[in-house]
Amino acid sequence: MQNTTQRGMDRRTALGVMAASGLSFSLPGMSAKAAGRRSNERPKTLITLWMNGGMSQLETWDPHSGSESGGDTQSIKTTQSGLEISDFLPQMAEQMHGVTLIRSLTSLEGDHARGAAYVKTGYRLEPTLVYPALGAIAAHQLPDPKVEIPQHVALGGDNAFPRGGYLGNEWDAFRVFEPGRSLTNLRANVSDARLNQRTKGLEVLAKQFANSRPTSAKNTLHGDTVERALKMMSSEQLKAFELDSVPKEVLSAYGDSRFGRGCLVARRLVEVGVRSIEVSLNGFDTHVNNHAGQKTQADILDPAFATLLTELRERDLLESTVVLCISEFGRSQEVNAAGGRDHWPNWFSCVVAGGGFRKGLVLGETPAAIIPKDTKVKPKPSSPMTIPQLYATIMHSMGIDWNEEIITPIGRPIRFADADPLPELLTDKLAAAVKV
Amino acid sequence: MKPIATAFCIVVVGLLAMLVMKAGAIEAPVAAPGAVPAETDIDASVSRVNGWLRQHWSDENLEPAERADDLTVYRRLSLALHGTIPSLEEVVAFQADASNDRVERWLLKLVEDPRFSDYFADRLARVLTGVEEGQFVIFRRDRLRAWLGEQLRADVPWQNMTTDLIAGDGLWTSRPATNFITAASIAEEGIDVNVLAGRTSRAFLGQRIDCAQCHDHPFDSWKQQDFEGLAAFFGQARVTPGGVIDRFEEEDEETKEVKAIEYVIVDPGADEGRIVPTKVPFHEEWLPKTGSRRQQLASWVTHPENRRFERAAANRIWGLMFGRAWSDPVDDIAHPADSADNEDFLDVLGQEFRSNGGQLKFLIRLIAQSDVFRMKSEVSWADADLYSRMDEAWAVYPLVRLRPEQMIGAMFQAGHTRTVNHNSNMFVRFTKLFNENDFLKEYGDATDDELLQQSGTIPQALLRLNGQFTREFTKPGAFDAAGQILKFSGEDEVLVQNCFLACLTRLPEPEEREYFVAQLRERSSDAVETAEAEDEEPWSRAQVVQDLYWVLFNSPGFSWNR
Repeated sequence: MQNTTQRGMDRRTALGVMAASGLSFSLPGMSAKAAGRRSNERPKTLITLWMNGGMSQLETWDPHSGSESGGDTQSIKTTQSGLEISDFLPQMAEQMHGVTLIRSLTSLEGDHARGAAYVKTGYRLEPTLVYPALGAIAAHQLPDPKVEIPQHVALGGDNAFPRGGYLGNEWDAFRVFEPGRSLTNLRANVSDARLNQRTKGLEVLAKQFANSRPTSAKNTLHGDTVERALKMMSSEQLKAFELDSVPKEVLSAYGDSRFGRGCLVARRLVEVGVRSIEVSLNGFDTHVNNHAGQKTQADILDPAFATLLTELRERDLLESTVVLCISEFGRSQEVNAAGGRDHWPNWFSCVVAGGGFRKGLVLGETPAAIIPKDTKVKPKPSSPMTIPQLYATIMHSMGIDWNEEIITPIGRPIRFADADPLPELLTDKLAAAVKV
Repeated sequence: MKPIATAFCIVVVGLLAMLVMKAGAIEAPVAAPGAVPAETDIDASVSRVNGWLRQHWSDENLEPAERADDLTVYRRLSLALHGTIPSLEEVVAFQADASNDRVERWLLKLVEDPRFSDYFADRLARVLTGVEEGQFVIFRRDRLRAWLGEQLRADVPWQNMTTDLIAGDGLWTSRPATNFITAASIAEEGIDVNVLAGRTSRAFLGQRIDCAQCHDHPFDSWKQQDFEGLAAFFGQARVTPGGVIDRFEEEDEETKEVKAIEYVIVDPGADEGRIVPTKVPFHEEWLPKTGSRRQQLASWVTHPENRRFERAAANRIWGLMFGRAWSDPVDDIAHPADSADNEDFLDVLGQEFRSNGGQLKFLIRLIAQSDVFRMKSEVSWADADLYSRMDEAWAVYPLVRLRPEQMIGAMFQAGHTRTVNHNSNMFVRFTKLFNENDFLKEYGDATDDELLQQSGTIPQALLRLNGQFTREFTKPGAFDAAGQILKFSGEDEVLVQNCFLACLTRLPEPEEREYFVAQLRERSSDAVETAEAEDEEPWSRAQVVQDLYWVLFNSPGFSWNR
């Protein structure tokens, strides 16, 4: 059992914090040998593709073309026999034999903020406790001391970025708003000589502050944080964020979009050893003109997602990387008067690739006929799966003990995922290791 | 340059010079005793509160920290009450006030300043309605904040404010207290009574009863039934086009039969709902027999014998003043003592607050005059263990990180020699608002649990080291604090001292003064006076001052309340 009481960090926490940002003053940067480790040798990494606003399952992974709820969407065959997805995703159709598709995720939250909080953490929003996002848990549980840049990164998102929650704000994702374009605040505005002179001045004041406050350095971690920030500013690993040297063909394969660049940066961060990366794509909230809106989004997603999987596979990194494409909820069966689809948490889809998830598996089936509005009992898909179940499964595949209880700042013990993993989603070896 | 332009420059420079040199011209509080209000009860209250504290330290076998100097206390007061550090102009005026009771008089001045009611209203609004945006149109945070500010200025007792918040009727614009109710409204679903029950018990009673929504409280006596019964008090509240009201009965859509409105819960898996009656978790006899459900609840919450009410206020305001609640978490505090012999600190502080009328300003002044608020955060004789024990027992002033809005407030103020307040020109005020919002977006605003103790993050450190706000407010230009201090300070010693006063509200220690004066003399060249000069040694004096400002912004003493 671990303790995350916030005040007065103990040594273990302090070391954990240092590991969080990946800085260790005694270790060199990632060695060529470490970077060269592949597949099973490598600790697992998580990439989340966050479809912000509520991706429509009917226009993407779970079309019901020709049916009452299907709307104008056509479905196409995929490389997985018997599986069809929307014709908006031709490149992903070529990848479906290699991924797990879940069509039966369920949630009770039909509001954006509440839905996003639930899907990012696996816990419903609570007023007295902020839960950590899956990516924060991964970074917290699997620190890599050789990584000098943040272990938890969010690319291209808005304010609803993944938080560290009760693990502490040092596990919040490091945000890059324009991936591949610029890194805010990572360059000093003065010459190295002046920066050096400035830091000397800082030491004079830090010494005075620590005087007669014997626990201040440990409790405030002010000096540590500044030192780690300075170290990050000079790290070679920052190059993973830069796309200047990337050939044009690669850039265009991902699609010339903020999201595409985000996926490419995510792949580069995986290579450096960053533990969890979220790439956001905004614009799925199509209450008006759903068909065209979802098409626009799918056109951005399709090349980026497919190229990301291809490139990870080519580099033998896919088996050590879980790639999850998910949204806060799905969209309604019925098309409204404005041609839009509204929020629908009763079922929605996600795709999980790599990291020991089965290839070519489809879980769950959803009704094609429209459920009448006055139906008293909330409708459910077949083989329903909750977010906590999904996250317990992902954590298990990454080698994280999903059952581990943390003593939260409010004194309540809480386990990382409030459900057990579903072994049938995992390869035999991983499935056999599931102890419930 | 044209003669008129030259003349204009001379006038501007002259005015600036007057500003810096004659900073003492700022209105000092009226000399004692005129400014001190007629009521003298506060002295007796302060002495009872301090009596409890001293006994506490003696029981714990601890020698409390020494008294802090007045400037340090002034900085704490300004951060707690205005959300920013004092301006250089204010610091100079404060130093020029040589009277013995200057801190007390300046405290009164600070709570009468509109900056206090604005800032404290914002903090109270967060306590009452969280930080979520809420539903468009029917939740007006701006109106709620303005109303809270008016209540604070008029010194309305907390029990009256509470009653308006819980039981108020009317439109969210003209009766802004109702925003407490509409903040819990969800589109197409109406009022979330669970949110209101949770907020009521946390904000007004200091009890986290929320978890009893789904199961009995793991460590306390709260039952699921208690939570449901509390939520039922909001079961008749409705948001209508005419505002928030309570409806006692309504017509059944199908049968057209007029029925009393009940609070109904449908349990998972159940076909039919069950009626949940109103129920308070303790002391049912405090509930009045008449009035709407919300009025009954408000009377019960604020009942003179409901000591949880005053204890919650005491702990909350203590938390807002120090950045750390006396009892943590701020809204999960122990039950009141059953006899006078075992009263804890919140009993004592709460009773002084209640028996003197229940005004928040009184409580704020009482806390600001307590020994804890006046102590140093340094202890020369303590090792790490002893210091930690003292910190635990409030025998030393706690180090608390500045909240995000205090951080940008402090950076903005340090970048201006004059006080940024309601009298500042529109341009300055607009820039402040702009900067504040941009900064909060990047730095990360505090969540609901704003008193949670967290260390800073690397992105925050990077923002302070390299961000545009640091660049802008350390600039030694003619209109910037660093530039004006450089131009008008004269002696190098005075220059260094003014930078310290503007950024840290303290004088430099001898070794600090020596170090930075040496920097000015050894590493700079008088020949180049701009910050844009070549970035190589010798640096211009402007560059050295800019670097000193940068160092002060990034020093721990800037980011931590001490």
